[in-house]
This record gives sequence, C-alpha cells and structure tokens, in this order.
Amino acid sequence: MPNTQQLEDFITQVRRDIVRQVHKVNSGHPGGSLGCAEFISVLYQEVMDRKEGFDMDGKGEDLFFLSNGHISPVFYSVLARSGYFPVEELNTFRLIDSRLQGHPTTHEGLPGVRVASGSLGQGMSVAIGAANSKKLNGDKHLVYSLHGDGELQEGQNWEAIMYAAANKVDNLISTVDRNYQQIDGCTDDVLPMGDLKVKFEAFGWDVLEIENGNDIQQVVDGLKEAKSRTGKGKPVCILLNTEMGHGVDFMMGSHKWHGVAPNDEQLETALAQNPETLGDY
Amino acid sequence: MKKYTDTGKKDTRSGFGDGLTELGRTNPNVVALCADLVGSLKMQDFIDENPERFFQVGIAEANMMGIAAGLTIGGKIPFTGTFANFSTGRVYDQIRQSIAYSDKNVKICASHAGLTLGEDGATHQILEDIGLMKMLPGMTVINTCDYNQTKAATIAIAEHHGPVYLRFGRPKVANFTPEDQKFEIGKAVMLNEGKDVTIIATGHLVWEALQAAEQLEEQGVSAEVINIHTIKPLDEAAILASVGKTGCVVTAEEHNFLGGLGESVARTLVQNHPAPQEFVATMDTFGESGTPEQLMQKYGLNAAAIVKAAQKVMKRK
Ligand SMILES: Cc1ncc(C[n+]2csc(CCOP(=O)(O)OP(=O)(O)O)c2C)c(N)n1
Ligand SMILES: [Mg+2]
Repeated sequence: MPNTQQLEDFITQVRRDIVRQVHKVNSGHPGGSLGCAEFISVLYQEVMDRKEGFDMDGKGEDLFFLSNGHISPVFYSVLARSGYFPVEELNTFRLIDSRLQGHPTTHEGLPGVRVASGSLGQGMSVAIGAANSKKLNGDKHLVYSLHGDGELQEGQNWEAIMYAAANKVDNLISTVDRNYQQIDGCTDDVLPMGDLKVKFEAFGWDVLEIENGNDIQQVVDGLKEAKSRTGKGKPVCILLNTEMGHGVDFMMGSHKWHGVAPNDEQLETALAQNPETLGDY
Repeated sequence: MKKYTDTGKKDTRSGFGDGLTELGRTNPNVVALCADLVGSLKMQDFIDENPERFFQVGIAEANMMGIAAGLTIGGKIPFTGTFANFSTGRVYDQIRQSIAYSDKNVKICASHAGLTLGEDGATHQILEDIGLMKMLPGMTVINTCDYNQTKAATIAIAEHHGPVYLRFGRPKVANFTPEDQKFEIGKAVMLNEGKDVTIIATGHLVWEALQAAEQLEEQGVSAEVINIHTIKPLDEAAILASVGKTGCVVTAEEHNFLGGLGESVARTLVQNHPAPQEFVATMDTFGESGTPEQLMQKYGLNAAAIVKAAQKVMKRK
C-alpha cells in the first residue's frame, strides 16, 4: 500500500499525463479526467484487490468499469502507471493504429479494459452482469463502476439501478462523479437531477457521500467505508463530489473544459501547477 | 469536364444550424430538440432567437425521440439534434414505433456521421445508420455533401410531411454546390456527364468523386458523376439512365457497404438492368481514432480509391 505522499505523487503525475495526452492530439476530455484523478488513482493503487497482469475474465480479483468513457485520459494514465501497459504508450492517445482509442475499447486489446464505453449510460448494466457472474462463480471479489452525473440522465441507468436493488447485487459499488457539469452547461441548467442521494435510496441502494472527491484522504476513507457496506443485501452508491478540471486553475469548475484541449501556453501553465513526480513518458 | 470550385471549407453541420435558424424565422411550427450537444449541432442561434421553441432534454436521446413524436400532435415540426450514432442505433425502437410506424412528422438531424468524426473513435463513428434508417417503412433518408446542400436540405424537409433522417458531418469540407440550388427530395443531381463509367456518390464522398473524375479524365476516361443525396426514396430513373449509357458503376459513401447507398443502387440494377458495380465504402468494419484524412485514407474512402474502383469496374464491362 502506498503512503499518502506516494499517492499524492502518483496523482500529480496522472494530472500531467492527462493534459499532455489531450494537448498532443488537440482533442479529448481533460475536465472530467482531472476531477476523477484522485478517485481512479486511489481505487487502483490503494483499494482494489488486483492480480498481476490482465485477463478478460478477472476471476479472483476486483473489477472496474468506466461507464463515462470520455474520461479515458485519466483511465489510461492510471492503467499504464499501475502496470497494465507501457507508460510510453500514452504517447499514442487518439492516434491512428493505437490501442488508446478516444474512448476505451476492447477492440484493439488494451489490457485493463473489459468493455467498450463512450456511448453514455451503458456501464452500470455491464457492471451488474459482471457482479452477477462473480456470484455464480463463488468469487467474493467486488465490482466497481464510475459514471458521470450528466450520464445519469440516460434512462438505462435507472433500469439498472432498479434491477441491482431488486436483485440484491451487493457486490457492486457504483460511483457518480458529481461535478454538476456536462457539455451544454451546469447539470442544473441542462436537466436538473434533484437529490441523487434520495433517489438512489428510494430505489433501494445504500448511499454514501464523499464531500470532497479531490481530497485524497476523503476518497480513501470513503472507498473503504463503501467496501465495508458490501455483502449486506444492497448495492452501494458513492456520490463523489468533485470539481471539473481540478488541479489546473484555469480549468476548474467550468463545463467549458469538458472536451477541449489546452494550447501550448496553457499546457505549460498546467504542467507548472503539477510538477513532474514519477517521470513523464 | 465541368469545373467545380470550393468556395471555402465549411462544415455541413453549420449548414444544418443555419438552415434551422432560417426556419425559425419563417416557419412558426418548427421546434427543435437537443440532447446536450447544442454546440456540436450548431443550434445556438435558433435557441437565441426562439427560446420557447427549443427543448433541451439532457443526455436522454430515447426520451427526445418520444417527445418529438408527441410534439407533432398539435402540428409542430420537431427537428431533433444529436450525433448520428445517438440519433439512430441508440433510439431505434423509439423511432420505429413512435415515429415511423406512427407516421410522425419528425426530422431526425444527425451530425458527426461516419469516420470523419475523427479522434473520438469507433464508439461514436456510426457506419450503419443509413442501413438502419432506410429499412424503416416510410422513412426518407438524406445524406448531404456540403454546407450549401445541407442548409438547403434542412429547409426543404420542413415542407415535406413525414419522418426524415438527415445525415451530415463534423469536419470542414469543400463547399461547392451552388448556394441557390433548390433541394429536391428524391432527385439525383447530375454533376458531370460522361460515357465510360458512372460514379454515384453521397455525403462527403461527392467532392472526392469530382476529384476522381478529374483524375480519370487525365487518363482519358470520361466519368459521369451523380450526387445521390436522397438514398430513400432513390432516384432510380437517374441511376438507370446513366448506367444504361456507361454500362458500369462505382458507388461511394462514408458508410458500411452492407446496407448503404451502394446496396440500394445494386438492388435497382439487379431488378432492371444488371451491370458491374464496385463499392467504395467501409468493408464491414468498425472505425477507430485518427484524423479524418488519415481514416479516409486507411479505410479507402477518397478520390484515389474511387479512381481505382473505376478502373476495375470498367474492365468488368
Ligand atoms: C449516449 C450519448 N449521448 C451523448 C454523448 C455525448 N457526450 C459525451 S460526454 C457528454 C456529457 C457527459 O456529462 P457528464 O456525464 O456529467 O460528464 P462530465 O462532463 O462531467 O465529464 C455528452 C453529452 C455520448 N457520449 N453518449
Ligand atoms: Mg458531470
């Protein structure tokens, strides 16, 4: 288990990787990626029980599904720096003939990815299926999934939310990146979703909130708490309050950086705010 | 050969946005819906001028199609806007039952179709949408080739009663059709008359077809170039007349060869006047990330590929 300083260094490097990936190809989604850097890093570095290497079936280990596939830059960085593929491959993000597609896919065989995502709203159903499969296999490991808050506007989520509670899928921890932003603006301006805690609870989930999802200790504690609540007959939901663009001051808190790459000058500023820790690729 | 000039690169989706803005001023029944992609679909001007006639549904395309169907009851003419993938595959049964089968006057306007969407990759690059939509009874299917044509088509479909699928794209491409050209649904546009081979193209491949015809002319081949913007209903008379004269055809589209324009042309020929045909299209594959140019090159969807297909098909006469 890494100590707090090691986790901090890891996350700072992930932030560098995110902005460098999208800058190089002048496309991709830095906002949500930066906001989820703590969560995905802590999940892979501290919380998930993972085997060496990668196989599709993932028997005997915890699994993670990224439903909001547009935040692939943070996912790819964490996967690479957790040993799934060479860190240098981050150089190929969104380029032709790359395994690092704009949105994560299994099609090019990238280790660490178990289903394609990108078209929003499909990941929770897949995570539920994988959790059911674990139960059939007598595998006590957990399934994690991550979803955008805007993404929850897709109706399929609510079919999945209803199903998971009704079928006591209690080996599932689904996290919502509650940054209150989506493409066209604030979620409350585009389509307000109301009180997500009350909604998930009304559907029969056990819900906990991480007040500041960009605070490492809160993320560690929150994920451990969520883990302790599994196996009790209810699926577990984490409402993770984050800030879109966190860690790069001019990107913070605005939907404008949902899917826009920084220019050369902006890249320099962003990198200066996140000094190299583990070595750039 | 007839000369066509690019009057300045423009995206077809801006043609849609500007057409919609004009409709907002001229047709009080036109309403618009969007699923969290206002900027990408260029709908902001319409919204600014007609805020009460715009419906932001959030990231919920199935709901959008149902609401659009409902809006027609009472005489509204809804234009839905999202990416082509989320306009079709995502919501197929909603379109099938609530719009097509119920004969609702909904205009499904789909941007970012095909490979030229670029870096977002295969999850977003639908290459099956023409097939999905043309199989629905009563659905009109249109794929426009440049800014001017897209703007004209957007305006024209408001006057047509019935469900329409209007397909366009993301990148800036040559704008070469006349600004004042009337858009006639179901009517082929003859771009260049020729006698050795017919090239039938739709969407972004039309400009490539013109480039190909120029290259063929240098080789002493006279190519007829036809723009089929309406894949359904198909202008069979124009196709048969041309292939009757040239004896062979190349079809070109930014779509899977299964289910696309090429198959519609092949069916027309088989039923009336069998002739050799080559397909410039994707060959039953998903796309991938890359720049639009790189992808069109890799998947064989450009002028060079059309020239090669023309040379091959002429030998099969
Ligand atoms: C089915 C579907 N509809 C639309 C889109 C286009 N899209 C990509 S990301 C996005 C906004 C997502 O908002 P949120 O989940 O809150 O993610 P954030 O912007 O916070 O990263 C949209 C509409 C998509 N990818 N899939
Ligand atoms: Mg969000």
